[in-house]
Amino acid sequence: MKKTMDFEQQAIKPAWCPGCGNFLILKALQQAFAELSLTPQQVVMVSGIGQAAKTPQYLNVHMFNGLHGRALPPATAIKACNPELTVIAEGGDGDMYGEGGNHFLHTIRRNPDITHLVHNNMVYGLTKGQASPTSEFGFKTLLQVDGVISDPINPIALAISLEASFVARVFCGNIEHTVEIIKKAIKHPGYALVDIFQPCVTFNRVNTFKWFQEHTYILQDHDLHDRNKAFIRATEREKLPLGIFYQNKQKKTFEQKLIVHKEQKTAFLFRSINRKRLEELLREK
Amino acid sequence: MKRIIKSITPKQDISIVLCGEAGQGIQTVEQLLTRILKLSGYYVFATKEYMSRVRGGSNSTQIRVSSNPVQAPIARIDLLIPLDKEAIKHVSSRLDKHTIIIGDRERLETNKKVINVSFLKIAQEIGKAIYANIIAVGLLLGLLGGDIKVSKHFLEEYFILKNKEEFVADNIKALERGYQEAQRLIKEDQIKHKQFSSLEKSNKAKNNLLLSGAEAVGLGAIAGGCNFISSYPMSPSTGVLTLLAQYAHDFSIIAEQAEDEISAINMGLGAWYAGARAMVTTSGGGFALMTEGLSLAGMLESPLVIHLAQRPGPATGLPTRTEQGDLQLALYAGHGEFPRVILAPANIEDAYKLTQKAFYWADQYQIPVFILTDQYTMDTYYNIKKLSVPRGEIVRFIIKTDSDYQRYNLKVRDGVSPRGIPCFGEGLIRVDSDEHDEMGFITEDMEIRKRMVEKRNTKWHWLKKEALIPTLTGATDYRVLCVSWGSTNNIIKEALDRLGRPDIALLHFQQVYPISEISTNYLNRAEQIISIENNFSGQFSQLLEIQTGISIGTRILKYDGLPFYADELAQEVNDILKGKGGQK
Repeated sequence: MKKTMDFEQQAIKPAWCPGCGNFLILKALQQAFAELSLTPQQVVMVSGIGQAAKTPQYLNVHMFNGLHGRALPPATAIKACNPELTVIAEGGDGDMYGEGGNHFLHTIRRNPDITHLVHNNMVYGLTKGQASPTSEFGFKTLLQVDGVISDPINPIALAISLEASFVARVFCGNIEHTVEIIKKAIKHPGYALVDIFQPCVTFNRVNTFKWFQEHTYILQDHDLHDRNKAFIRATEREKLPLGIFYQNKQKKTFEQKLIVHKEQKTAFLFRSINRKRLEELLREK
Repeated sequence: MKRIIKSITPKQDISIVLCGEAGQGIQTVEQLLTRILKLSGYYVFATKEYMSRVRGGSNSTQIRVSSNPVQAPIARIDLLIPLDKEAIKHVSSRLDKHTIIIGDRERLETNKKVINVSFLKIAQEIGKAIYANIIAVGLLLGLLGGDIKVSKHFLEEYFILKNKEEFVADNIKALERGYQEAQRLIKEDQIKHKQFSSLEKSNKAKNNLLLSGAEAVGLGAIAGGCNFISSYPMSPSTGVLTLLAQYAHDFSIIAEQAEDEISAINMGLGAWYAGARAMVTTSGGGFALMTEGLSLAGMLESPLVIHLAQRPGPATGLPTRTEQGDLQLALYAGHGEFPRVILAPANIEDAYKLTQKAFYWADQYQIPVFILTDQYTMDTYYNIKKLSVPRGEIVRFIIKTDSDYQRYNLKVRDGVSPRGIPCFGEGLIRVDSDEHDEMGFITEDMEIRKRMVEKRNTKWHWLKKEALIPTLTGATDYRVLCVSWGSTNNIIKEALDRLGRPDIALLHFQQVYPISEISTNYLNRAEQIISIENNFSGQFSQLLEIQTGISIGTRILKYDGLPFYADELAQEVNDILKGKGGQK
């Protein structure tokens, strides 16, 4: 087994507020990688912009830190061009469910074998405290002065409705559970969503560490292959369930469906042009 | 329509226009006729203008047939085949007393002289109204002296290839009936045979290729090593996406229809990061959505090839028509300062070669490279000589990394830090949209910021040095210099040929940004400069003025959604030389 140290990055220090839930997620990731015996060279973290999207900066793995909301398209392409890599797209609720909402829907349809980690703190951190797509109705901010007047997105129910092949939710305060679910998500052959509850200690005074502890529970005796039951659990409001809601290992991945990997296994870099066929084509025209 | 100079109209070519509703099968006629005529030994040129609808409306195709290479549209119509009531009205401004109209007289309701051929009746006799198209092909082949044996053979193969074998016999019957109609018209002296028999055939033409601009860009991409394309369909750029998708199996290409253009360009960048050679194809509106991604390419220092097929804007504009209106968009799109190259193919051959060049430069300099075409280029084809397949392996500018690899190493003279990819060597590949240090980590260190800006923009120096030199055609000791870029090259060349003046030349740019520094010398030598562009504001001449400091006095601009016509353009240039016309 690898050590979590192998994934610690010494060059720069996290820019998060002291006590931020992101520290726990960072730790959980390092532990998950180590327990899965991955090497830093095998892992590509793809992120957008936001406090959560900075996480790859603090890890000793490959990094593609792109645009706000746009982590999923490059993550899909990277995995498609090199299926050997372990590809993880990571960002916050604004990044992934707001700015990048359309990619969320269509990535589920494609089902690439990538892990999708969404830090969900129900508020905007980097832009300082505005509502996020998951903020609760009535949540007051400097911008939403009368409280949020739109209903929050339910990413779990949404993903299940689109038949995402792995849908889970964790609370970073329970680190063992978080590590366990992230590991399962990485191992899952196909698109895996892990919505990660995370308190924002600076801008969200409602959904605090204590609030998440009181308002969540871990799913027990749940048949994770039953999509209808998964949907019912996903729409519970009183107390929010944690764990794997739904999993379908039978779905083919995007990469498996691509013809380019069926006909040859060579990495894209080392493939040659089919010169004979091109000559033939140019003769036929 | 503007007055056309009759005296300089060459007699060696015949201009045929077919006009009718969308869905009537003009495309089939165009495809079959041009290919059969080429196989019979003629030079052909075809271009189309069409409405943004799947059925109905008025669409037309121009086919020029000649003893010599023809590579431009003209306004003149020698022979019109109207396929519906609206057709004659649609092209009426281009008709004159020399135009021969052949059609179903009863169904056209016109007071113009129409030589009658009952296409529909004959088609119904054979079995189906749709055979009218093939009868028209037969008729035109009969008039032009196309080889009937070659035609039959070609038709048979065409339908077998389309898995429509059961229709071969009837189609051949239709072809023969059309051919017989042509002979009847000549025998009855309704058409003077000489009118169409002056063309000479040549073996050279037979062996030429017929390739559209869209095919040339697509095949150029394949030859340039493209193995990933992600795009959202948008006229007139979609042809490139479908071509690469059709050959995805043969060339091991991932061709993905993205949910939007934002996804498309971000996927393209992910693909390059993982070692593929990616391109996106789009038009103005779609590219507008890609601009943040373009800026990301600038910051990541990622290669990217963008095919931008222009159509008239703003907004949805004229979706199926042509314009050179997005040069400034390509030039200024994307926030921040970073290098880019804009290539604008002058013709079909150029589209094939420049697309390969785009992949090479994108990879070499780690920059976005544009292929700027337009609807006219996409939908046009004519005889071209053999295209060569690049020799040897594609050159890749990727290194095997060591464990201390730094993606943005500053110790490089040309601004290009060697690019590594994940899983090729021991290094970790960190690319970052934030300003970053040599490792790729986020930084707000002002000194590093300054050096990174300088590093990225140092590439300009080398790009300018390597910029393609514009091509000069016509008099070397010119007094008047026409200046143009992109798809207008062949049209202007024919226009100037028609004028036949010894004091005029054309300076044509296939690379519009950055421009070759030598350009200034050419401009300085001219007494008068006339810029010719398919847009309203003379975007390229504005750019040239900024880059060279030389003022361009006169502009010929066309922005009605159609390409220039060589004969009309000759007239316009002539007017300017006489001191009339042109925008100052």
